[in-house]
Amino acid sequence: MSDAISVRGLRKAYGGTDAVSGVDLDVRPGEVFALLGPNGAGKTTTVEILEGYRRRDAGEVRVLGVDPAVGLSGGPAARAWRARIGVVLQGTGEFDELTVGEVVAHFARFYPGAEPAAAVIDRVGLGAKARARTHTLSGGQKRRLDVALGIIGRPELLFLDEPTTGFDPEARRDFWTLIRDLAAAGTTIVLTTHYLEEAEALADRVAVIAAGRVIAAGRPAELGGRADAAATVSWRTPGGGVERAESATPTALVAELASRYGGEVPGLTVTRPTLEDVYLRMIA
Amino acid sequence: MIALRQGALEIRQFLRSREQVVFTMAFPVLMIVIFASIFDGEIGGGVRFTQYFVTGMIATGLMTAGFQALAIQIPIERDRGVLKRLRGTPMPPWVYFAGKVLMVAFIAVAETILLLVVATLLFDLELPSSGRLWLTFLWVAALGTTACTLCGIAFSSLARTGRSAPAVVTPVALVLQFISGVFFVFTSLPTWMQQVAAVFPLKWMCQGLRAVFLPGSFGAQEPGGSFELGTVALVLGAWCVLGLALCLTTFRWTTRRDG
Repeated sequence: MSDAISVRGLRKAYGGTDAVSGVDLDVRPGEVFALLGPNGAGKTTTVEILEGYRRRDAGEVRVLGVDPAVGLSGGPAARAWRARIGVVLQGTGEFDELTVGEVVAHFARFYPGAEPAAAVIDRVGLGAKARARTHTLSGGQKRRLDVALGIIGRPELLFLDEPTTGFDPEARRDFWTLIRDLAAAGTTIVLTTHYLEEAEALADRVAVIAAGRVIAAGRPAELGGRADAAATVSWRTPGGGVERAESATPTALVAELASRYGGEVPGLTVTRPTLEDVYLRMIA
Repeated sequence: MIALRQGALEIRQFLRSREQVVFTMAFPVLMIVIFASIFDGEIGGGVRFTQYFVTGMIATGLMTAGFQALAIQIPIERDRGVLKRLRGTPMPPWVYFAGKVLMVAFIAVAETILLLVVATLLFDLELPSSGRLWLTFLWVAALGTTACTLCGIAFSSLARTGRSAPAVVTPVALVLQFISGVFFVFTSLPTWMQQVAAVFPLKWMCQGLRAVFLPGSFGAQEPGGSFELGTVALVLGAWCVLGLALCLTTFRWTTRRDG
């Protein structure tokens, strides 16, 4: 099976300044792929080229086997391609005077194989709000409506641009469950986020973009040599202080501590660098 | 079918924003009340001033619904990302325009009927007396509204932001109203001003409507010696073509900031 997204040597400059300078990416069908990177790193530009909103200056790009530049035309080829992708943008406008049900039902008519509006509204957890005008929704509820509009057409590929910004922790967990369900049903998902724990919880693979290039890509647990990195072992000393040691062989260290304390080691923790630690080191 | 749905959605959104409904509908009525109260005499030959000014008010109402409303509303929708979101779906682009056209048509019809009813009841407006005149009324209004709507959509790409749109659009509309014979008897304006106005659609909409609401003998007082309905059709048709061409070539779904 060919890749859902394949990008080679993607370049884009604004007024002579490179925003994206040679990005290579592959997203496999059915995978959840997270794009990380600081603001201004070229993340949004890259994603908007993939979504068919922007022209590129150079590079080979295929999204579901189609050059996404087709999306700029609005013609029949663009519509056939758009019917297969779902896009959830950052902070897009609502239709203030319409109800949730009306908006979702209307968007359903744009797609040839749309899911029933009521089912999608339930799925994003807005069932109780179906008859509410969209301007009465909270920030998190609006975001769920955005997602409903993104998935109403049963997309093969779903783009989510910072989908959980402004969510409370519970809403974020609910949202993760929704994304996992979509992924389990075979939808390929490309996600940008500033929340590293979100990338870690959802993504099969992540790529870090900085200064217009992909500087690292891989499974979240292995990114930047994380799996092989030295672990930090900490424990409480009899005097009440906390002792810390970095070790490439933490198991041996713990075994030695266990024999030293004759069983339980008080306050024992063993940690590897978090995705956030690795990420911050990378973009520094 | 999808275009009708889009139109129904636009109309529903309009009807639910109460201030918009009240101001859009009330403005031409308010204007005719003011004008008919100031100029309550005759324009000559037993014809009341109301008969003259109602044509300007109808034309202004159509231009407001088509040109001003869209040239202001679309940049706001662009700013808020509504257009970008629609662009991300398989919706054919023309469906969006068709929805706006249907909304404008709905408002134009409702507003014109209201204006005619008020002017007839309060100021003894005489309605067209023959089927032929009603037909002229219909095509002048339809063609004029179409031209204004297309120009409004085209003009919407000019404003950089939704916030600046009213500042860009209002002077254009106001100047056109003054030079096109909405507030004054057209032939009383300086000749150069008449010539400038003759380039734009509003003057021809007013003139076409005068052919409907004034006696046929008044045609002799027009700048061209008659109501020139052929020219009215030609100029308004040309603006439709120009407006459509501009819509198709310059329309922007995203803000400049978005690239």
